[in-house]
Amino acid sequence: MSIALTPHHEDASRSGWQYRLHLDAPLLFSLITVSALGLIVLYSAGGGDLALVERQLVRLGIAFTGMLLVAQLSPGVLQRLTPWLFVLGVLFLLAVLIGGEISGGAQRWLNLYFVRFQPSEIMKLAVPMMVAWYLADTRLPPNRWQLLASATLIAVPMLMIAKQPDLGTALLIASSGFFVLFLAGLQWRLLAFFSVLLAAAAPLLWHFMHDYQRQRVITFLSPESDPLGSGYHIIQSKIAIGSGGLLGKGWMNGTQSQLNFLPERSTDFIFAVLGEEFGFFGILTLFALYTTIVVRGIMITIQAQDTYTRLLAGSLSMTFCVYFIVNTGMVTGLLPVVGLPLPMISYGGTSIVTLMAGFGILMSIQTHRKLLPA
Amino acid sequence: MPRQITLKDHFFESRLVMNRAILLLVAGGILLVVLLARLLYLQVLAHEHFTTLSEDNRVKLQPIAPNRGLIYDRNGILLAENLPSYRLEITPEQIDDMDATLGAIEEIIEIRDIDRSRFEKLLKRKPRFEAIPLRFHLSDEEVARFSVNRHRFPGVDIAAGLSRHYPLGSLAVHALGYVGRIDERALQQLDSSNYRGTSHFGKIGIEKTYESVLHGTVGLQHVETTAQGRVIRVLSRTPPVSGRNLYLTIDSRVQAAAEEAFTGYTGSAIAIDPNNGDILAFVSQPTYDPNAFVNGIEFGDYAALRENNKQPLFNRALRGQYPPGSTIKPFVGLAGLEEGITTRHSSTYCPGFYSLPGNTRKFRDWKRTGHGTVDLNKAIVQSCDVYFYDLALSLGIDRIHDYLQNFGFGHATGIDIQGELSGLLPSRSWKRARHDQSWFPGETLITGIGQGFFLVTPIQLATATAALANGGRLLQPNIIYAEQDANSDDLLPHRPRIHDTITITEQQHWDAVIKSMTDVVHSARGTARRIGEDSPWTIAGKTGTAQVYGLKQEEKYDAESIPEELRDHALFIAFAPAEAPKIAVAVIIEHGGGGGSVAAPVARAILDGYLQGSPQ
Repeated sequence: MSIALTPHHEDASRSGWQYRLHLDAPLLFSLITVSALGLIVLYSAGGGDLALVERQLVRLGIAFTGMLLVAQLSPGVLQRLTPWLFVLGVLFLLAVLIGGEISGGAQRWLNLYFVRFQPSEIMKLAVPMMVAWYLADTRLPPNRWQLLASATLIAVPMLMIAKQPDLGTALLIASSGFFVLFLAGLQWRLLAFFSVLLAAAAPLLWHFMHDYQRQRVITFLSPESDPLGSGYHIIQSKIAIGSGGLLGKGWMNGTQSQLNFLPERSTDFIFAVLGEEFGFFGILTLFALYTTIVVRGIMITIQAQDTYTRLLAGSLSMTFCVYFIVNTGMVTGLLPVVGLPLPMISYGGTSIVTLMAGFGILMSIQTHRKLLPA
Repeated sequence: MPRQITLKDHFFESRLVMNRAILLLVAGGILLVVLLARLLYLQVLAHEHFTTLSEDNRVKLQPIAPNRGLIYDRNGILLAENLPSYRLEITPEQIDDMDATLGAIEEIIEIRDIDRSRFEKLLKRKPRFEAIPLRFHLSDEEVARFSVNRHRFPGVDIAAGLSRHYPLGSLAVHALGYVGRIDERALQQLDSSNYRGTSHFGKIGIEKTYESVLHGTVGLQHVETTAQGRVIRVLSRTPPVSGRNLYLTIDSRVQAAAEEAFTGYTGSAIAIDPNNGDILAFVSQPTYDPNAFVNGIEFGDYAALRENNKQPLFNRALRGQYPPGSTIKPFVGLAGLEEGITTRHSSTYCPGFYSLPGNTRKFRDWKRTGHGTVDLNKAIVQSCDVYFYDLALSLGIDRIHDYLQNFGFGHATGIDIQGELSGLLPSRSWKRARHDQSWFPGETLITGIGQGFFLVTPIQLATATAALANGGRLLQPNIIYAEQDANSDDLLPHRPRIHDTITITEQQHWDAVIKSMTDVVHSARGTARRIGEDSPWTIAGKTGTAQVYGLKQEEKYDAESIPEELRDHALFIAFAPAEAPKIAVAVIIEHGGGGGSVAAPVARAILDGYLQGSPQ
């Protein structure tokens, strides 16, 4: 029995357009649906400001285009580019620390005259790519020295970003690197060892924290201690979500959101607007879409054909999962307030471009697979 | 270091990554379940709690100030009203350069220092989106001038409101009082929930005493506000209940006649209807314009009022305490008759002075040559001091005190305007307590002619005169004729209140005293005969001249040679018509000189003012 090869050497059971365009239908449709839901919520959160929605629409257009472009690059190309991207990213981070622009008390921006961006965004992709690149040629699970090398690759950019300071992004980058290591078979006893080490280092971490970061932890532990100051955000977002109930107060009818009680309602706290106006069922819808995206990412991971793409796909999917769980956990008062937006929904930021580029990588991995003999 | 060649087990590695990926997915799932549990708690279990919090956030209670009740005189003439008034307001959040804006406004509209400092105080306290008043009571011209320039001042507006106004100005101001802005000290005394929307309250006079009646009940509206407090819409409204209108017993025509008669004098006059205690005129001179106080009086103007040596702010009718002088003689005479110490026919010889047995000190009569043989009628008509020295000594201070007390001397009359003083009716026990001295007979003598320790307030003297006129009913002076609900035409009259009824031993005694008082005005020798000559009604009266300045034994009183503030007070009490009294008055003119020449004509003007207008 001979196997007929398609001209592109790709899975014949798949429909043709996904392969020609290197797109993954389940991911694409989920992402579009989440973005559409996001625009609806954003319109309300912005108090009916259509211009705000239009600007977000432009940003989404750029992000989806970026995703489409990245998806066209084959995983092999991505793998070859990885070290260069990583080195470039580290250099940019150095440049930020030396001469970056200060905005909102943090030094995060790099102005290259033709474009102004946050180099930490590059590292969101470059770090998992780099660790996966490094481990791809080794035998899994990694030994002690390989682990140490990987940890260095993660820690250097993470600390540089934490120094800016940008705790949320540093956390995301650390977890994306950690996911690569975990997927690569990080030994359980080492995992346990590092967990204990981390717990022990917590007081040390406290020592190195900025005052506002400490305040956030205190606020998290007891938001009512300062209801008009730092606790205000979390108290108001809990009121917004709680008063939304099962069905919500209706679109554009959230009093917490529309009457300005909820701070940062179109950016980091937009989840509370969703919770207030669309209720528990609205949130369930969003969670279903997010879950679809994560599960689809893990399916791509499992189907991936080599170690680099497997590790990278798994890490990108789980980082997205951490992304939305940390944001929703923070808005519902389960986690301290770290400055992370709700992916695909929150207004603004270059983060959405990076995020979609990540999905571009996932799609590339999925659609560039070679057909294997049965 | 050359890289070690490793043999990769692709099957193993793909299984490893798959297992780990599924583990991560499960871990993510667990976190998601935790999150959902949290959301169920917030949105289902604690939903009610958070709904309440959200409503508390959104809905605020806003007060609506009630309209203050109006004040009329007994004939329905308006004495205190609420006029639409225009104020200039600035909303700070709409102003870029406050100093420049204030400067530009000042070129169009006068801004006093007091306005500016109040504005700056509020500017610091109030939220920036709330309009802050800069000027009150804009004149029509100022409103017009600003309207023309309005386009130059975004964020500056003219707002309309109601402001208390006293159309008759200073008329009866000491009874009426005035309202003023509520300050922080007042806020502690007032019912803060009912005064949430109110800016003014009664500070003095009837405006103060009847504050609770005039104020009304605050209305409330539920409004939806933003986090910054800006009102979005009104959700529900409970309208305020306007304060009740008050009708005073004062007759503004009589009041105006009285004040006119007082022109140039300092002092007080009270006119009372002896049948029910209604106060018909309430004069304390000089007066002042209450409108100046409504929105804060300019410091300089206030200082001028305070430093004026005639003390226009001093309520003489209630707080001025004067020796009653000879006006007390009818009461002492009545005491002598009723107590059986003397009779209408017994007489005393008056040589122009009186000495206590065994004492050389001479108590003079005002008439140095003496009145000769004097009975009670003559003693009252000519105001013979020696007769009353003798009668007082026979009565003794205890009986004088007890009898005069029946007429309300020594006690506040209980008029419902705050701040009344009680005067002083001396007695042995009072002197023991106050001066730790025993009572001397000489003090009894001068008490008998209304001098010495004896002090009365004009309101007391008028009340006592009314009791004399009405045959012994001591009434509580009543200043409120009726109350009226804001939305009703019905008047709810105040009932007269009788304090006490004086026991009459023999009606003839009263008739005799009143006859003597009629002779004071209408007989050829009466001390007030000048006002009786052309009077259309029979007036019963008594003059009084109260010493302010103690004369030495042989010194002669000469009005021309002593400074005005040491001259005698002129007093006069009267009621008319004597046969069926409708009005009783007490007039005290400070340093006015003679009661008959100065105080009596003022009393006549008041009597005429009332009796000419009232149906016979």
